[in-house]
Amino acid sequence: MTTALFLLFSILALTFLLALPLGLYAARVFAGERVWTSPLLAPLERAVYRLAGVDPANEMDWKKYATSLLLFNFAGFLFLYLILRLQPLLPLDPLHLGAVPPGSAFNTAVSFVTNTNWQDYAGETTLGPLAQMLGLTVQNFLSAAVGVTLLLPLVRGFVRHETDRLGNYWVDLTRTVLYILLPLSLVFALVLVAQGVPDTLTALVRAHLVFPFHEGAHLVRHQAIALGPVASQEAIKILGNNGGGFFNVNSAHPFENPTALTNALETVAMLLLPATLLVAFARLARAPGTAVALVIATLLFFIPLALLSAHEELSPNPRIAVLSVAQHPSPRLAGGGNLVGVDDRIGAVGCALFATAATATSTGAANCAYDSMMPLAGGVNLFLMQLGEVVFGGIGTGLASLLAFAVFAVFLGGLMVGRTPEFLGKKIETFEMKMVSLSILVMPLVVLVGTAVAVLSPAGRASVGNPGPHGFSEILYALTSPGNNNGSAFGGLDAATRFYNILTGVAMLLGRYWVYLPLLAMAGSLARKRTVPVGAGTLPTHTLTFVVLLAGSILLIGALNFLPALVLGPGADQALLMTRAAHAALVRRAAP
Amino acid sequence: MSRAVPADAHGWTLVRPALLDSLRKLHPRGQVRNPVMFVVYVGAWFLLALVVRDLATGRASLAGFTAAIDLWLWLTCLFANLAEALAERQGKAQAASLRATRQEVRAKRLAAPRHDAAREEVAGADLRPGEIILIEAGDVIPSDGEAIEGVASVDESAVTGESAPVIREAGGDKSAVTAGTTVLSDWLVVRVTSEPGATFIDRMIHMVESTTRRKTPNEIALGILLVVLTLVFLVVTATLYAFSWYAVHTAAHSGQVIGLTVLVALLVCLIPTTIGGLLPAIGIAGIIRLMRHNVVATSGRAIEAAGDVDVLLLDKTGTITYGNRRASAFHPVGRTSPAELAEIAGLSSLADDTPEGKSIVELARKSVPSLASALPPGATLIPFTAETRMSGVDLDREHLRKGASDAIRAHVERSGGAWPEEMDGIIHKIAAAGCTPLVVARDARALGVVELRDVVKSGIRERFARFRTMGIQTVMVTGDNPLTAATIAAEAGVDDYLAEAKPETKLARIRAYQKDGYMVAMTGDGTNDAPALAQADVGLCMASGTQAAREAANMVDLDSNPTKLLEIVEIGKQLLITRGALTTFSVANDVAKYFAILPAAFVAVYPGLGVLNIMGLSSPAHAVLAAIIFNALVIPLLIPLALRGVRFRATSATRLLRRNLWIYGLGGLVFPFVGIKLIDLLLTLH
Repeated sequence: MTTALFLLFSILALTFLLALPLGLYAARVFAGERVWTSPLLAPLERAVYRLAGVDPANEMDWKKYATSLLLFNFAGFLFLYLILRLQPLLPLDPLHLGAVPPGSAFNTAVSFVTNTNWQDYAGETTLGPLAQMLGLTVQNFLSAAVGVTLLLPLVRGFVRHETDRLGNYWVDLTRTVLYILLPLSLVFALVLVAQGVPDTLTALVRAHLVFPFHEGAHLVRHQAIALGPVASQEAIKILGNNGGGFFNVNSAHPFENPTALTNALETVAMLLLPATLLVAFARLARAPGTAVALVIATLLFFIPLALLSAHEELSPNPRIAVLSVAQHPSPRLAGGGNLVGVDDRIGAVGCALFATAATATSTGAANCAYDSMMPLAGGVNLFLMQLGEVVFGGIGTGLASLLAFAVFAVFLGGLMVGRTPEFLGKKIETFEMKMVSLSILVMPLVVLVGTAVAVLSPAGRASVGNPGPHGFSEILYALTSPGNNNGSAFGGLDAATRFYNILTGVAMLLGRYWVYLPLLAMAGSLARKRTVPVGAGTLPTHTLTFVVLLAGSILLIGALNFLPALVLGPGADQALLMTRAAHAALVRRAAP
Repeated sequence: MSRAVPADAHGWTLVRPALLDSLRKLHPRGQVRNPVMFVVYVGAWFLLALVVRDLATGRASLAGFTAAIDLWLWLTCLFANLAEALAERQGKAQAASLRATRQEVRAKRLAAPRHDAAREEVAGADLRPGEIILIEAGDVIPSDGEAIEGVASVDESAVTGESAPVIREAGGDKSAVTAGTTVLSDWLVVRVTSEPGATFIDRMIHMVESTTRRKTPNEIALGILLVVLTLVFLVVTATLYAFSWYAVHTAAHSGQVIGLTVLVALLVCLIPTTIGGLLPAIGIAGIIRLMRHNVVATSGRAIEAAGDVDVLLLDKTGTITYGNRRASAFHPVGRTSPAELAEIAGLSSLADDTPEGKSIVELARKSVPSLASALPPGATLIPFTAETRMSGVDLDREHLRKGASDAIRAHVERSGGAWPEEMDGIIHKIAAAGCTPLVVARDARALGVVELRDVVKSGIRERFARFRTMGIQTVMVTGDNPLTAATIAAEAGVDDYLAEAKPETKLARIRAYQKDGYMVAMTGDGTNDAPALAQADVGLCMASGTQAAREAANMVDLDSNPTKLLEIVEIGKQLLITRGALTTFSVANDVAKYFAILPAAFVAVYPGLGVLNIMGLSSPAHAVLAAIIFNALVIPLLIPLALRGVRFRATSATRLLRRNLWIYGLGGLVFPFVGIKLIDLLLTLH
């Protein structure tokens, strides 16, 4: 547990150490100011605008902004769908992997456009380098930038007053990609390459087996090892909170995440941009106090849940313990604990912290088999996602959701101090409450109804890999993850069926657009209002009291809806584990 | 403040009729207006159908449990109805006492706007705006109107509860008369200003009686929140059936799928019935609380706006200081002897009936005991006007004047006199001390200055300090010069002052505040206050004010007590706080209810989930029943709080939030654990 504490706080410290200067830089980028990278990037930026015929000075109202966003995403979806479907006709497919089936192509296209990166396919046996680079990596950049474009108008809605202009969609998108995502990914990719992550157009290398073996009549002498442009994709996959792995086993693969160092750095990188945006928000909204309160509220969830997950993973599995198998934490046992589905170089703590970061943010990457985690650790993954992307959350979308909850908390708090609620100087009235309610409460509906549909239909149950409540957790996870645009998979569930392709595809779309378009509408309404001066009667949003109120609202309004499902999934799983272990211990003791 | 409310209006005597009302309100048309309670209502009917089905199919034990739950669902509906009915009954009791003043009266309609014009008897209810009526001693005023001729003393106790008669006279700011009040002496010719049935009292009766109140914006926002929460919990419970089905048939192969009765019980426990049931009562109670303070609001919105106010524009006179300034010293100038100044000041004030004038005469008598008690014959009274800003007496050969220094200076110089040099110094000194200098002139000679002292009301300073901690600025509005204003402002502890205020400057200042995003409240009574009253977010008009001012304001104070604005702000805040606190309480309750019902529902499927039964409830059936009983009982328990309002303390927002979070957030979390456990213990007693 000391390791877990040390690792967790090192990761958080490094994250915020990097996020501080990066956030101030990002704030200037979003404000359209010149930054130190401008001499290099500004000509590129201007070229992009000229090529696209965009007038960067032309600001949009929320409807125009939202329309641009939707059109852009739709175009991205079509483009990606066609690449996947037409793979045999396109170049750079050295292994002739063939066309991706329509259900899978739809699901994958939706998945990467919505920054979910839920994968129903195995990367190395489905997609060639062209599809990986032009299809997925491009969307990894763009969908992350789209997340930022969901946040920026909202922040402007709070900051600006008596206007309907919320910024230019194309400018926000272009600047985010050019000034933030590209340079960061470049640096991170180089770090990964230095640690041994390959980046090549070679799709395969053949290795001679030291011990050839027979499979049937066939003597196997060689192993084909899949390669590709991994580092470049891995960098943005992690930094952009995408999470769609180059390889099927994602960051558990030694070519994606080769060392303990890359494991820690990837954990930091997942948290980095959401943390950066919190800093940028402090600057853009001129509300450092409120930003600190948001950070504290975030950590108030993140730290205990990460530690709970690590604790569960480090505790001996009671059913293995009764077999007298050593599970105690020791270097010889790679740190000990629950090592099912965990590589030695990662260990139980590395798995737990990575999983917490991957599900707290919308990354959804995995460096171990989440399906094999202890029930409560798996439950932490589920719970973090079900909080609705507010603990760090997706790039942009996480902070947007957190702001939605803050509006909600301020509404309750405002009533409790006897004043029409205000947040960041804007009055929260009927329209805002409508939009915030829509945004916060649609996600539970999508996840719960989706799960109900899946458990009631034979097609939904047929995919389940495990009996008992764990099977229920698998289905719940398969809806929770896409519904929150996370994309991590519990595994154990065969999601590559038409049923799940469609169900999770719809969940991803609703989870993205139904949740954030109302917030854009709210931004439009907020920007039109005049700014209310702050006085002693105003509910302050930089106090510990507000943090408590915010955390309470997130728990009571956001998470309480999932309590029954969590009880029947991980809860029952854990209860079963304890009863069975107790039973087994009793039997062993009774035996002579 | 002795509003004629029956003594038992808040007690138990209202409960019986209110109980009958709440039964009557079980009609679907009434229930559908409250979406949260409507879900409970539908659930109650649904369970009733289940009971009938189970009885018909001979499953009596199942029917017994469902019937017990159903009984408490009906009680939940009844309790919510009771809360609303009690509030309405309180309102009706108040309206009834008002209506007693509204008995049928006859009116004397005049053919022309003269008191000696031809008159005819008509029913008071037939009077139309613009018609002219005569009211004589002993008559009840039949309709709201404006005196256009005459002066009379009027007993307004029926409306204000104040027994001392007031003077109503044509012209000026005391011309408005209110229906239901009685002329005690003399007569008035009045132009009717209100439509039949739309008089002031009618409006008050309507306000407290009307059950189809328009919802305020804040109430609507909260309503949306409650509806959305209800919808989500509907989905949570509906999908739970599917999850339970999977657990039983696919995962565990044991136990039973969650019963419909338990599902309905869980739904009713989770949806915010506490606040949903009490919300209408809270709104009505807010209006009634205002009424108890003798304030009539034209809309519920005005009350909420009062809670949001950032700036209070308060008239100095009457609000901050006791209405009357008193003469405290004479300051002769030049060759004038103190006795001469005292005598002339006294003479010029002899016919001045204002308290100021009387105080001058009183002070003058002290130094000149021989001062005449009446003006000599042939003297002409020169009344004060806003233009001349001086008053006085014209004797045979002399013109005596007193007034504001610049007005008298102009008068003296116009008459060919010189303005004594030392005068300005004296005036300045008096003004700097927060007093009002009144210059006295005899023809073209300025004699000296009467010092009028303002007396700041006791306790007002502490009150303003409280407002400051609440984040509300107080601005004193006065016609005084800046120096006088500054001194009184400092003495009273206001944040800012507006000196030499004219109606236009008031209006401009309000607009300036509003432009900066502040919400402004003000009091006023004169016709020239009307534009500012209309512009302000909360305009409180004195009942003694003119008709124009009353129309422009969104609240009228029947006591004509300008300090009332401070209470109105507190009532507005209290209304919002009550809503917020009960919402928080209601939502926080859900945690305990989950812990009661979830283990009860699933322990048969997964026995290990018994660990969630942290309250140690005796059996699954008792657990569900205890939760639903708690959910029902908490409504009547909180009715007194909803009607009375959460205790309000003038303090900063942070403190207030912390306090209410502790009480209603943490309390809402913990209290149901205790309550459900206690009910479970009672259930196991037999």
